[in-house]
Amino acid sequence: MKYIITTHLLFTLILCPVIPGIIQKVKAFFAGRKGKPVLQMYYDWGKLLRKGAVYSRTTTWIFKASPLISVATGIIGVMLVPLGKTPNLLSFPGDMILLVYLFGFARFATVLAALDTGSAFEGMGASREVQFSMLAEPAMLLGLCALSALSGETSMSTMFTSLQAGTRPVLAAAIFIVLLAENSRIPFDDPNTHLELTMIHEVMILDHSGPDLAFIEYGAALKFWIYASLTASLIVPPGFSGEWKSLGAGLIALILVVAAVGIVESVMARLKLTRVPQLLVGATILSLISLILIIR
Amino acid sequence: MNSIFNFLMILLILLNFRLLSSSRLIPCIHTFVMQAVILTLVAWLTHRHNLNIHLIILMSVNVILKAIALPWMLSRVAHKRAISRELDPIVGYTASLIIGALLLGISVLISQPLYLSHTAVENFFLPISLFTIFSGLFITIARKKAITQVLGYMVMENGIYTFGMAMAIHEPFIVELSVLLDIFVAVLIMGVAIFHISREFDHMDTDRLSVLRDL
Amino acid sequence: MAIWLLLLVPAAAGLFCFLSRSSSLCRYILCMAAVFHFLLVTWLWTHHGKTIPSAWIGLDDVGLLFLSITSLLFLGSSVYTFGYLKAEAQGHRKDLEENIFFKNSHDSVFTGCLLLFLSTMTLVTVSRHLGLMWVAIEATTLSSAPLIYYHRHHRSLEAVWKYILICSIGIALAMLGNFFIVVAGSEIGDTGNLLSLGELTANASNLNPTWLKAAFVLCFVGYGTKMGLAPMHNWLPDAHSEAPSSVSALLSGALLNCAFLVLLRIHVVMIAAGLGQTSSQLFVLLGLISLVFAAVFIIGQKDFKRMLAYSSVEHMGIIALGIGIGGIGISGSIFHAINHSLVKGMLFMTAGNIMTAYQTKNIDSVRGLLYTRPITAMLWLAGSIAIIGSPPFGTFLSELTILGGMIDTHRYGVAAVYLLTLGIIFAALSAKVLPMIFLRPTGELGQENPLPGPEPAWSVAPLAVFGIFALILGVYMPPWLSKVLDEITRYVGGQ
Repeated sequence: MKYIITTHLLFTLILCPVIPGIIQKVKAFFAGRKGKPVLQMYYDWGKLLRKGAVYSRTTTWIFKASPLISVATGIIGVMLVPLGKTPNLLSFPGDMILLVYLFGFARFATVLAALDTGSAFEGMGASREVQFSMLAEPAMLLGLCALSALSGETSMSTMFTSLQAGTRPVLAAAIFIVLLAENSRIPFDDPNTHLELTMIHEVMILDHSGPDLAFIEYGAALKFWIYASLTASLIVPPGFSGEWKSLGAGLIALILVVAAVGIVESVMARLKLTRVPQLLVGATILSLISLILIIR
Repeated sequence: MNSIFNFLMILLILLNFRLLSSSRLIPCIHTFVMQAVILTLVAWLTHRHNLNIHLIILMSVNVILKAIALPWMLSRVAHKRAISRELDPIVGYTASLIIGALLLGISVLISQPLYLSHTAVENFFLPISLFTIFSGLFITIARKKAITQVLGYMVMENGIYTFGMAMAIHEPFIVELSVLLDIFVAVLIMGVAIFHISREFDHMDTDRLSVLRDL
Repeated sequence: MAIWLLLLVPAAAGLFCFLSRSSSLCRYILCMAAVFHFLLVTWLWTHHGKTIPSAWIGLDDVGLLFLSITSLLFLGSSVYTFGYLKAEAQGHRKDLEENIFFKNSHDSVFTGCLLLFLSTMTLVTVSRHLGLMWVAIEATTLSSAPLIYYHRHHRSLEAVWKYILICSIGIALAMLGNFFIVVAGSEIGDTGNLLSLGELTANASNLNPTWLKAAFVLCFVGYGTKMGLAPMHNWLPDAHSEAPSSVSALLSGALLNCAFLVLLRIHVVMIAAGLGQTSSQLFVLLGLISLVFAAVFIIGQKDFKRMLAYSSVEHMGIIALGIGIGGIGISGSIFHAINHSLVKGMLFMTAGNIMTAYQTKNIDSVRGLLYTRPITAMLWLAGSIAIIGSPPFGTFLSELTILGGMIDTHRYGVAAVYLLTLGIIFAALSAKVLPMIFLRPTGELGQENPLPGPEPAWSVAPLAVFGIFALILGVYMPPWLSKVLDEITRYVGGQ
């Protein structure tokens, strides 16, 4: 039991930078290119850690603290979330609410750092990001509530073990949409845009450099892993019995989810800004549907 | 068996939400067609153990009317008058989604005291049919274009039929057939009226038909 | 056999009219079919013991009574239509109020739809199966829609759209109510034809009360929309004012009654199931609301046909009240239905005459009717006195009977609202109608000043006949009618 948990945690901490690489590879495949190597983020990490950080004169200690906070919350969150039937280090009743608030705290820190720089673009990006998260949070919470009602448990690690077949695809779709929103993927935000006017998340981290940037990117990768493992746990068919087998199945499902994100990024364009609330309300309603149908 | 019904049920709810939130007319008509087909499928699955010629005729007439004839007629009217979008509804699309969720909650709530000691199938489909009826009514109220109002009426009839099929209501054959015929003629006449309206007024906004009033 | 003839002859005549291209032939077919229908109905009065009711179609007392009202009204209206169609030009005409050009529907379409309308209304009165009644009522909506669209301009189009949409949606809810009734009876086991009235009343006590109550509410809202009860009455003023006058007479006098008949039959089922309280309360509630709405909206009316339409809402409210009160109120209600149909038919057709003479629908523009069209003026005066419920007309007696029912059952609050609204309508209508007849035109702008003109026989004869009937009913109750009313009261209320 302990081995599986340790293995799971180690996989998470070590493997999460692979996620952006997989997405890039999928997008490159669709575009007919070869694309960056899958392990690109490790190379970037190495490069960034060796450099020194440059701090603007307008910033304060908040600017320096924010990357650390996002990594810290990411690591704690990773310790809470199971993958399929594989449990995790920390689990207690109601831990899903802690998860949502950890993300909220990380977002708060990032937004403060963005405002701290005093740049207009970063403030604009911060306000957009907060607006989208405001609409995405009910979807996430309702989805987790529906999940808890579906399985009858209140702790995330035990939720998936006693999951019955039910409205899983709907919930998976809802959490997938929240994933796209929270991790600034198309159709909510284009991570490849280089125009500050169109950036939402990228613009907030524009002024970070060196180890700070490395930590922020690692924190973003951890956040992606958390959301992806929630979605993957929902799509794993419930038939796997052995611990190692279910961990393996979970990892494969995770990679599939990441690939799906890549496909969505290649196939769709970014939504008009006024359309985004509609999509997020749609995700909330998907969660609401499953909640109503389960409670009924 | 249960899981197929589960799946169809969720699909029906999602189709209703799509109807509530979409502003483009032709996809709305396609959604209605999908709804009609799924409902006939539900009817077939419910009754597949005791099919007789009457039911088969009824179901095929249902499909032909609602999935082929009526949508074809409505899309012809839409094409002829070059209408593609409902741009200015009385209730906006995001608000419609939220109200749709409320309607789903209300229909589930209403179905609780109307409990029957029937099989689980019928218990599933009572809230769905009520929800479809409510969304049809809501679309009729909350949209301005006449053609969308007719679509709302047709969705309402769909919901009522779902109720009938799911509750295994065996009205006599002649009555069922004449009901279908009546609905067909009703939509036909409404289509003609829409054609006249758009020709007379140059638009299809029933919101602007307000000459006859007392207040 | 006779019933099949009643249904099929007008329908066949209607189809024949659709196919023929000659207007005069259509008019003659219309009148002949109306006469045939009326004669057959009068024959049925003496011979209807011979018709054996099946599960589907049969004539009982209530049905026969409403059928004869419909037939009589249709006969008068078809005579009026004969002359009306002859007088209406076929090409482009100038509109009265807005100076726009419009066309009329072709005569063949109009008469064909009229005959189909008669056939479907007959079907409502003779059917004994709730599903068939539903089909028939929807068919009446569909066959009367083209009738409203006779003058093809934008106002009538607006009226037709509201009519079709609101009535169809209401009736769809009534179909859901029908389904609910079947579900309510699902615990009985396989009864086959549950929606047939005989089966329903026989098995009434075994019906699930929750479902039955829900079914009644749905059916009440649905058929109440068709009947013109507020707050579902919104289509009524528009449709009844924009249709040509004979069609308005039919809609007000015959169609509203048919919807009421269906409601009555469902009410009987509810009483048999022991839920008569619920349905009576609903009747009383919506009856009062209709009265209040009508009173409020008549006060400010500027269009006399709309005024008559709101008066229809009022009278339907009175009828619903009577049924809800029960006991002697039921007899008063049915009697009121008869009186109202006669008087309203007469009034709408008289309004048509006034419109032809003065070329306007505005109340303030019509002055000095007594001097330009004396016979029409007399009929208008008589009709208005009747419709506000004054003696010596029959409406006074029926309204008094309903009031007596209210006092009998000690519902003084209801009686107070009833009297108050009737009083308001009395005052408002008189204030509008009397100047139209007696005041001389002052030559102001907007007032038409036609010369005294001809009043052709087709435009006054049917109206005079209806008026005389209404007058007779007010002073003398024929014994056969009194017997029929008692039978119906026993059938509905069980007293």
